[in-house]
Amino acid sequence: MIKNITHSSVYVLDQDDALDFYVQKLGLEVKTDADLGFMRWLTVNVPGDPEREILLEKPGPPAMDEAAAGQVRDLLTKGALGLGFILQTDDCQKTYEELKAKGVEFTQEPVERFYGTDCALRDPFGNHIRVSQPAANPTSPDPVEFVKS
Amino acid sequence: MSRAVEESNRRLLRARDAMDRSYAQALDVPSLAKIAHVSEAHFIRTFRATFGETPHRYLQRRRVERAMFLLRETERSVTDICLDVGFASLGTFTRTFREIVGESPTSYRSQGQARDVPTCFSMMWTRPSSFGEARGQTGS
Repeated sequence: MIKNITHSSVYVLDQDDALDFYVQKLGLEVKTDADLGFMRWLTVNVPGDPEREILLEKPGPPAMDEAAAGQVRDLLTKGALGLGFILQTDDCQKTYEELKAKGVEFTQEPVERFYGTDCALRDPFGNHIRVSQPAANPTSPDPVEFVKS
Repeated sequence: MSRAVEESNRRLLRARDAMDRSYAQALDVPSLAKIAHVSEAHFIRTFRATFGETPHRYLQRRRVERAMFLLRETERSVTDICLDVGFASLGTFTRTFREIVGESPTSYRSQGQARDVPTCFSMMWTRPSSFGEARGQTGS
């Protein structure tokens, strides 16, 4: 039986820039930063949740040829790679204000929904990341909630 | 794929995000081009080359997507919704809506239901296509 998600991955253009963003700005912590020779295995996790790692992967040879890597970079910087992941917080508004003060680029301010309060941001490369505060008592979709978006 | 293209993509994405975020405001090409750090003429050309449609059309689709929802889920008047999503004229709204959706706002009304998914997905996946318009219509 499958029990958990331990690793997920987002593509980044530069792993040092990724570290600066995900650790210094978002507040995640480095789980592993290892030179494997053929690649730099770089993962981060939410503080207190080391069992769930996010791989910050740079597209390129030998995993994919330069042409394919170029296509990935193209899609990434166009914002076309879809949702990276959703982070959870106890206070979405406060997190939004703290991250905005650090220069994080938000695409959506915190908005209350039937499922909670969430906002959206992009990393420096174009990945779409959301920060969500679950509702204490989630309800069914309320059309009025959607009007705000 | 050069670094310059990646940087251009990223700047244009920033302008596109601004349209998603502030769709109801009177956004114009100069202000969007400024976000992307390019000239107005270059902005329109490169936006189209990057995302497959003009910035004007992208903004129209965002506004129509919001209008579709409001028509479906509220009792507000078509005129009220037209103004609320950023159109300045009912005639332009009706014509644009029909062109993109394939029917008038009034006939579209009362169709479909909201889905229990995060709003970002609702926004992306309920947006009318600009790539082979609805009902087989063409043009952008």
